[in-house]
Amino acid sequence: MAKAPTVLSGDRAIEAAALRSDRFRLEREADWLRLEAIVSRMESGRLRKIPDEDLLALPVLYRTVASSLSVARETSLDAATLAYLDALVQRAWFLVYGPRTGFAAWLRQFLGGGLSAAVRGIWFEILVALAVMVAGTLVGWLLVASEPSWYYSLVPGQFTDTRVPGASHEVLKATLFGNADQPAMSVFATYLFSNNAQVAILAFSLGFAFGIPSLLLLVQNTATLGAMMWLYRGQNLLWDFGGWISVHGTTELFAILLAGAAGLHIGRSIAFPGHRGVLQSAAAAGRRAATVMAGVVLMLVLAALLEGFARQLIDNTQGRYMVGMTMLALWCAYFFGLRRREVIGA
Amino acid sequence: MKDAKALKAGRQRGLVTPEGIALNLTVATRGARFGALALDLVIIGCLQIATTLFLVYLASGVFELDRKFVEKSAAGSALQLLAILWFAAMFLFRNAYFMFFELGPRGATWGKRAVGIRIASRDGGRLTSEMVLARNLLRDIELFLPVSIMLAASSGEMGLAGFAAACWFLVFALFPLFNRDSLRAGDLIAGTWVVEAPRQRLETVLSTTGAAHHGTSRETGAQYRFGERELAIYGEYELQTLERVLRENRHEALVAVHEAICRKIGWDPGSGDQHAFLEAYYAQLRARLEGGMRMGKRKVDKWA
Repeated sequence: MAKAPTVLSGDRAIEAAALRSDRFRLEREADWLRLEAIVSRMESGRLRKIPDEDLLALPVLYRTVASSLSVARETSLDAATLAYLDALVQRAWFLVYGPRTGFAAWLRQFLGGGLSAAVRGIWFEILVALAVMVAGTLVGWLLVASEPSWYYSLVPGQFTDTRVPGASHEVLKATLFGNADQPAMSVFATYLFSNNAQVAILAFSLGFAFGIPSLLLLVQNTATLGAMMWLYRGQNLLWDFGGWISVHGTTELFAILLAGAAGLHIGRSIAFPGHRGVLQSAAAAGRRAATVMAGVVLMLVLAALLEGFARQLIDNTQGRYMVGMTMLALWCAYFFGLRRREVIGA
Repeated sequence: MKDAKALKAGRQRGLVTPEGIALNLTVATRGARFGALALDLVIIGCLQIATTLFLVYLASGVFELDRKFVEKSAAGSALQLLAILWFAAMFLFRNAYFMFFELGPRGATWGKRAVGIRIASRDGGRLTSEMVLARNLLRDIELFLPVSIMLAASSGEMGLAGFAAACWFLVFALFPLFNRDSLRAGDLIAGTWVVEAPRQRLETVLSTTGAAHHGTSRETGAQYRFGERELAIYGEYELQTLERVLRENRHEALVAVHEAICRKIGWDPGSGDQHAFLEAYYAQLRARLEGGMRMGKRKVDKWA
């Protein structure tokens, strides 16, 4: 009958092993088990509890075990040991080549040049998206100017409270000024942010379909803007409306522009991969566009804050334009003026 | 058993690490990935509900205070803060859950961990934050949008256009079904893929026992020595099958294999000492095959 094999240890076990490949294994087993212990502890996320010497030993042990695997593949037929080594090297490889930068390091790199470099990298798509947004605004304006009933299909329900064709000068003006004492605007700001961020993410991810849906989304959103501009123009309030929207709009529209451009960038890299493979080209574009998108979400947070607070606090058109244009200038300077070397100098 | 192995072989991809070591990654099955996703969605749903309930509980506490002695405006701003927290939490659960976990050392969300899969970079290089970001930003058009469009289309309000849109978005949702590595759109954009996360214990050494070493059974004292003719029958495949049988150590399997080997090499199958016999045969067969390996001769299976 089967009996549990006697467990030997140390040198006696090595001597007792009949096979050269098993002796090879027993001589190196300690390293393997040590690596496995380190890897297990790192995987469970308790990085602080791992002693420094273990962390320093990780790359060395990884190479040792990897070379054990290479040798074992050529000399051993022990399937269990081979599978163990294969799995262990994979796990260690995931750690050694895992996402190593911590969040703080990533953020520093991202804000200090990574974001602006990515934005500069998609300059062509930004120009295209800008042209599309201007065209969308024009289309919205022209459609409503020729047939005011378009207004209701272009402008979503939340804006058609009092802001409808035929509204008087006073009613429209009241929507732009005098909300300074209105409460609950910060909730509104948060709502706006999560809503806008979801739209921006959508504009980006639609880029996967060769970028065309991204463009449609941009047109749809700016057509709303065009229609509302026409409405305020009718009561000679266009200048004030511009101020009202530019407080946060320069940041928000810029963010949506970037999201659409990032989507387009992916669509273009899939449709016209150039001399690289489609998969490679898409992956490179995706990484760049993802960086831009992280920036977009950040911009939308700022835009929501401006919309929720600054617009209520500043109740005159000049002040609003000042804030809006300053933000625009800051963004342009940050994206297009900031180069990596200057950051290190500063 | 052989079928399972062959199926797995179909999902194996070679990958060369920067050190030049070829690793065998196994692409995760679509079923496993779907299961992991379902699990994650359930977890997210539970987290969202729990957060909502907690905030509602806090809000009811604020109302209580309000009625007793606190000023109206103070209670109002407290409620405002709760509302802001709620919006922020919902947004984060929906968008940051996947990213947070996939950026960790396990490279997997709770759902993925439960089914034993993780994400990895497709080119064998480092998995970067941008990749994780990119693959999760596309979840919207793969998951949330197709579902909402399909619901809208099935209500019939949008007519034919609704059906067209539903088909169009189904392309994204079903993308993983139409390529070899079952990449979803996000994987394609990010340059990642989802592979099985290996977990394997180090098994005991088989050749240190008495029977394996000297060919002597501890039970009966019988000597097992196999000649060249008896060992030349089998190859590596049979050796590794025998290894599995020995490690699993199930009596019926041992008896069956013992009988089969005895019949093949023309010995008279006795009984009661199968384990020692098989250990001795295993060790000597392996010694012979590994000896051949060192000389560059390999015998894949008994047909080779």
